[in-house]
Amino acid sequence: MKADPIGVATGSHYMDGDHACAEGAMAAGCRFFAGYPITPSTEVAERISERFPMIGGIFIQMEDELASMAAVGAAAWAGTKSMTVTSGPGFSLMMENIGLAAMIESPCVVVNVQRGGPSTGLPTLTGQADMMQARWGSHGDYEIIAISPNSPQECFDLTITAFNLSERWRVPVLFMMDECVGHMTEKVVIPEANKIDVTPRKFYKGDKKKYKPHKLDGSANIAPMIKAGDGYFIHITGLTHDNRGYPIINAEAQDINVRHLVDKIRNNEEMIRIIEEDQIEDAEVIVLSYGITSRVALKAVNEARAKGVKVGILRLIVVWPFPESLIRELSRKIKTFVVPEINMGQISLEVERCCEGRAKTIHVPHAGGWVHDPDDILKVIVKGAK
Amino acid sequence: MNNPDVQPLTDTLHIPQPEEELPHPMEEFLRTERLPHIWCSTCGIGTVITAFITGLQKSGLEREKVAVVSGIGCSGRAAGYLRLDSFHSTHGRAIPFATGLALGNPELKLVVISGDGDIIAIGGNHFIHAARRNINLSIICINNFNYAMTGGQAGPTTPIEANASTAPYGCYEFPFNLPHLAESSGAVYVARWTSLHIRRLTNSISEALLKPGFSFIEVISPCPTLYARRNRLGTGLDLMRFYHDNAKIKHGTDTRKLDIEYQDEIIVGKFLDKDKPTFLEKRDDFLKSKLGDKFVPYMGPKA
Repeated sequence: MKADPIGVATGSHYMDGDHACAEGAMAAGCRFFAGYPITPSTEVAERISERFPMIGGIFIQMEDELASMAAVGAAAWAGTKSMTVTSGPGFSLMMENIGLAAMIESPCVVVNVQRGGPSTGLPTLTGQADMMQARWGSHGDYEIIAISPNSPQECFDLTITAFNLSERWRVPVLFMMDECVGHMTEKVVIPEANKIDVTPRKFYKGDKKKYKPHKLDGSANIAPMIKAGDGYFIHITGLTHDNRGYPIINAEAQDINVRHLVDKIRNNEEMIRIIEEDQIEDAEVIVLSYGITSRVALKAVNEARAKGVKVGILRLIVVWPFPESLIRELSRKIKTFVVPEINMGQISLEVERCCEGRAKTIHVPHAGGWVHDPDDILKVIVKGAK
Repeated sequence: MNNPDVQPLTDTLHIPQPEEELPHPMEEFLRTERLPHIWCSTCGIGTVITAFITGLQKSGLEREKVAVVSGIGCSGRAAGYLRLDSFHSTHGRAIPFATGLALGNPELKLVVISGDGDIIAIGGNHFIHAARRNINLSIICINNFNYAMTGGQAGPTTPIEANASTAPYGCYEFPFNLPHLAESSGAVYVARWTSLHIRRLTNSISEALLKPGFSFIEVISPCPTLYARRNRLGTGLDLMRFYHDNAKIKHGTDTRKLDIEYQDEIIVGKFLDKDKPTFLEKRDDFLKSKLGDKFVPYMGPKA
């Protein structure tokens, strides 16, 4: 399906990542927004509050992030595409209802414009230290999809991708920006609506009595949804449930329910995967990065190549589910993965796990507040090639 | 024991035969395949469910357009037994979850049925803000003065002196006066009944369902297994007798005067019924006045 032109601000813009993300959401068909102000994400909410009344969307500023996320997960069952936006402290508060959205399989998008943590940390300065929280933040076992853009243009394009993936897999998609990308202003080209692919909600159209809100088989064949108010009389619960949505409190039902939530994403990782590779054919060292750090790493990689080091680039655009099979395969061919991140070691742990000792993993840490010095990455690349 | 003077009971009663079995009048509103329910014998929640179904039938609202949201706790299980669009959300978040549904599909009338701990303690912030915004929600708050699902802990409604598992020497915190909280936060309809006042509660539920905006009904309800037993108040039936003797119907009472003391008089009635634009009515009128033709109303979910 193509985008509805009413939500598409076609043209060439000079725009920051936060605003581009808001435009991407509107182009993707998002018409319900519930959020709570927090630096450095507030500009997304501001732009939506200004534009929604003119495109037929509902904006509500809730009392906190708990409420925002609860409303966003619910709005999916009203039939709308819904989104919320936050940063670290608010992301922590959203975890409870991100878990609910995962459990009841509500398609929705949660934007986290990451800042330095823990706690209040660095409200106005960048960080990438919520990546593990995105994966593991709510209690229990489940899988989500997380996307990391590295430019305002990608904030537009990939927000649409985030909505499309959330509809495809009926899962919350976490859009993991960072303060640098959110506040960076660059050229953003918004195409015409008929050039934008939008995944529509898959609605059930059959015998009302036979509708089951969940298909708990872990396959890529996801159950269609219905809208509350259409006379299906569905029951939806955060308790462990069967395919009717009825609570069943025993180990067998838990096994079926949890395996489904995990398998539908984990087993289909290759279908969900979005990566960018460069110069990895002859590489002995691969710099694996995501978000703003991928742009800093590029400079280091180019300098290393100029010095004759065989180094390539692997950028994760979809960070979760993690491309395990790809890393495993590459670890058989190269000496070292260099993983710069604005945290004290998060995605590097996943790389190390998948290498299983076949290749070295060297993390280049940064506690947050600013991006890496490319020289710090360069030094590690050179070391990794030895 | 065969006394020829005593007629066997079965001869005096008409026992329906299988072929003439009639459905229960509320059967279509219940997920009968999920019965028996989890509630204790003589718990008041079942009575509230009966009053809700009857009130809903009386309201004449289209059943398809009514959705129920519950939080967590004994009363939080209400949604699971009702054959309506029903949602069992997270602890305290029934109101924001219902807000998402109410704004996402404005054709719906949302009803939140949940407990005092869920709505007023962990969900207290959501309660006051949904009331302030006048979201189109009917809140039925079943108040049993304690957290029953987890074993009878003290909560924000536990009266001073009442014993609870986390107030083993008696509760010493000042409890909330729920109707006053609702009114001062912006609710347009406020009533309180006990689970003894079935007919009046049913009428109130029917009125609240037809009232656009944030309506609030508190239902004082017996918890025989925990609150009553721990405080040696007898069975659920004894508490119903207590409500009979101590509940005073005083419509229109100033909500500031509705505090509940331990085992003391309980003032019940309808305290507030006023008109105010709902969140969506206010929003649409306001934005239309500011944006003119540029304003595009929310069209609801697209099929």
